[in-house]
Amino acid sequence: MAKVPPEGEHPVKAFGWAARDQSGHLSPFNFSRRETGDEDVRFKVLYCGICHSDLHSIKNDWGFSFYPLVPGHEIVGEVTEVGSKVNKVKVGDKVGVGCMVGACHSCDSCKNDLENYCPKMILTYNSIYHDGTFNYGGYSDTMVANERYIVHFPENMPLDAGAPLLCAGITVYSPLKYFGLAQPGKHIGVVGLGGLGHVAVKFAKAFGAKVTVISTSPSKKDEALEHLGADFFLVSRDPDQIQAAMNTMDGIIDTVSAVHPVLPLLGLLKSHGTLVMVGAPDKPLELPVSPLILGRKMVAGSGIGGMKETQEMIDFAAKHGITADIEVVSMDYVNTAMERLAKNDVRYRFVIDIGNTLAATKP
Amino acid sequence: MAKSPEVEHPRKACGWAARDSSGILSPFKFSRRATGEKDVTFKILYCGICHSDLHMVKNEWGVSTYPLVPGHEIVGVVTEVGSKVHRFTVGDKVGVGCLVGACRSCNDCSNNLENYCPKSILTYGAVYHDGTTTYGGYSDIMVADEHFVIRIPDSLPLDAGAPLLCAGITVYSPLKFYGLDKPGLHVGVVGLGGLGHVAVKFAKAMGAKITVISTSPNKKTEALEHLGADSFLVSTDQGQIQAALGTLDGIIDTVSAVHPLPPLIGLLKSHGKLIMVGAPEKPLELPTSALLLGRKMVGGSCIGGLKETQEMIDFAAKHNITADIEVIPIDYVNTAMERLVKADVRYRFVIDIGNTLKSS
Repeated sequence: MAKVPPEGEHPVKAFGWAARDQSGHLSPFNFSRRETGDEDVRFKVLYCGICHSDLHSIKNDWGFSFYPLVPGHEIVGEVTEVGSKVNKVKVGDKVGVGCMVGACHSCDSCKNDLENYCPKMILTYNSIYHDGTFNYGGYSDTMVANERYIVHFPENMPLDAGAPLLCAGITVYSPLKYFGLAQPGKHIGVVGLGGLGHVAVKFAKAFGAKVTVISTSPSKKDEALEHLGADFFLVSRDPDQIQAAMNTMDGIIDTVSAVHPVLPLLGLLKSHGTLVMVGAPDKPLELPVSPLILGRKMVAGSGIGGMKETQEMIDFAAKHGITADIEVVSMDYVNTAMERLAKNDVRYRFVIDIGNTLAATKP
Repeated sequence: MAKSPEVEHPRKACGWAARDSSGILSPFKFSRRATGEKDVTFKILYCGICHSDLHMVKNEWGVSTYPLVPGHEIVGVVTEVGSKVHRFTVGDKVGVGCLVGACRSCNDCSNNLENYCPKSILTYGAVYHDGTTTYGGYSDIMVADEHFVIRIPDSLPLDAGAPLLCAGITVYSPLKFYGLDKPGLHVGVVGLGGLGHVAVKFAKAMGAKITVISTSPNKKTEALEHLGADSFLVSTDQGQIQAALGTLDGIIDTVSAVHPLPPLIGLLKSHGKLIMVGAPEKPLELPTSALLLGRKMVGGSCIGGLKETQEMIDFAAKHNITADIEVIPIDYVNTAMERLVKADVRYRFVIDIGNTLKSS
């Protein structure tokens, strides 16, 4: 029996851009979305951030991509319809959806508002939903999601600059809180100044911490100190700078997804400090064990956050005026944006102006 | 010009020392300081042989100076106390572990974590506040600052209690710090040696379910029948690992050889912790995505502070926890070291100093 084409799979037409194969080249794509169920929220997508994960996915870097693939998990817009059992939001509200659209809701992780660690967690795109159909992400005109996965955007939060917080924001906010770094007086290191790193600096400063940006690029110093308000800047390849900062940090958020040496970073930690990896290098890192033992130090991983915490993060960001630094692009710029992203040529997140530029690309 | 060990201090002492990196130990005459105001002097009755002693006598860490008198699981009976000593009197049963000094003013010292003080002074092979070399417990007497002396309760046998001063605290401390001391948790212990067997005993006493993880299938009966572990896993058996994925709240990894981390990380539940207490000499491969996907962590731990060491000894006495030991005379020590290299001991050698080391 022939597989139902994406356009006919669901009752409501949808339009977006998809990658068709591992070249990762995105182009206009007609598909469909389910009707608004009792617990669903439907919204018109206004903006969608481009996350580095989108780039990895469209190129099948992780080996589990299925095509056509519509990426996008930093999705914001305006509610157009809510199911009969929805209480969280109403038509006209500004909302967002991040990296997840489902989970089991019965395991320990789900019961602790940690849907992101549920073994049956469903990603926003390139995954299978409860009804067996394939999930399409936010490079599209509309989105439907279960209420639990909808984040309410406060009035004072700009939609375009707030969109990246739905992935980048929660990815750094969650470990800052969980590992006890979200407190005044802590000294936090941030490795890498990109989409994740720049937001980590902003959140850490808002928590009252002292922040050192650790980078391989000396050229980012002014940016870190003047623009983002970091307290110090360290070039990680300079042994003297590393030496001078040994044993000074309570924690380090490492956003770098390339393979890099861990030993100097462990040296920067005070005893009982934690190095939190939020970037995922595709090859294993070398972990020297003695520094962990001698200083009771830890290396931990963290992946996004649960929905309750994501809402808390957005509310915190709104209260403290924290948004991502973005470059708004039109839908048809997306392939160029991806090429620039591969070279880290963006300060610091592309956001697609879906609301104003997607419709014009319909063939 | 440096004084010879024999006359460096006013009080004669004898022990066994390694003279070079062959690690061969032989009788050695030296001296210890007079009992200072805050010092406790005790006649040594037993000293455990820790694997660190083996590493140090052979200079495997590159930090050894000779002659080297090892031994940091030292127990005995107090013979003299200084005028400002409050916690001990002559006749008390006491012990000294891995540390004999620290700065006492840094953040870690202020939090009873002398073991993480950057100026902590090891019981042997180190330089004391007075500039002299520290000599360990393969000797007849010991002098230590009161702060670093542990009281051994009467109910705890001295010989089987001695190894707790290093092996015991090394596993007790991370079980507590990393929150693995709550009843009902499922804790894995990798490696069944001096550290591992004590970890099983402490974790069981804390109410945990224990899985012993080993490369040796022949340790299964030992683990389950003798030590009371709840289950046993051969870490190189894919099927056994697969069946136990995502079941452990924490793992205490006592293995100091290089070994793969991914199976161990896979055994952890999300938010689980893999705690390294053995120190492989080469870095291990760490697949970061394995940590990210479950918010898991790899942490280290190194002995414990003095307050916690006392707490551990008291806990052990209360729960009848001692090490499984093989008592040996001092002149067996070189053979014991050879057997230790092959892990041929169940599970700690303890030197019967009191009866077999004759003072000169």
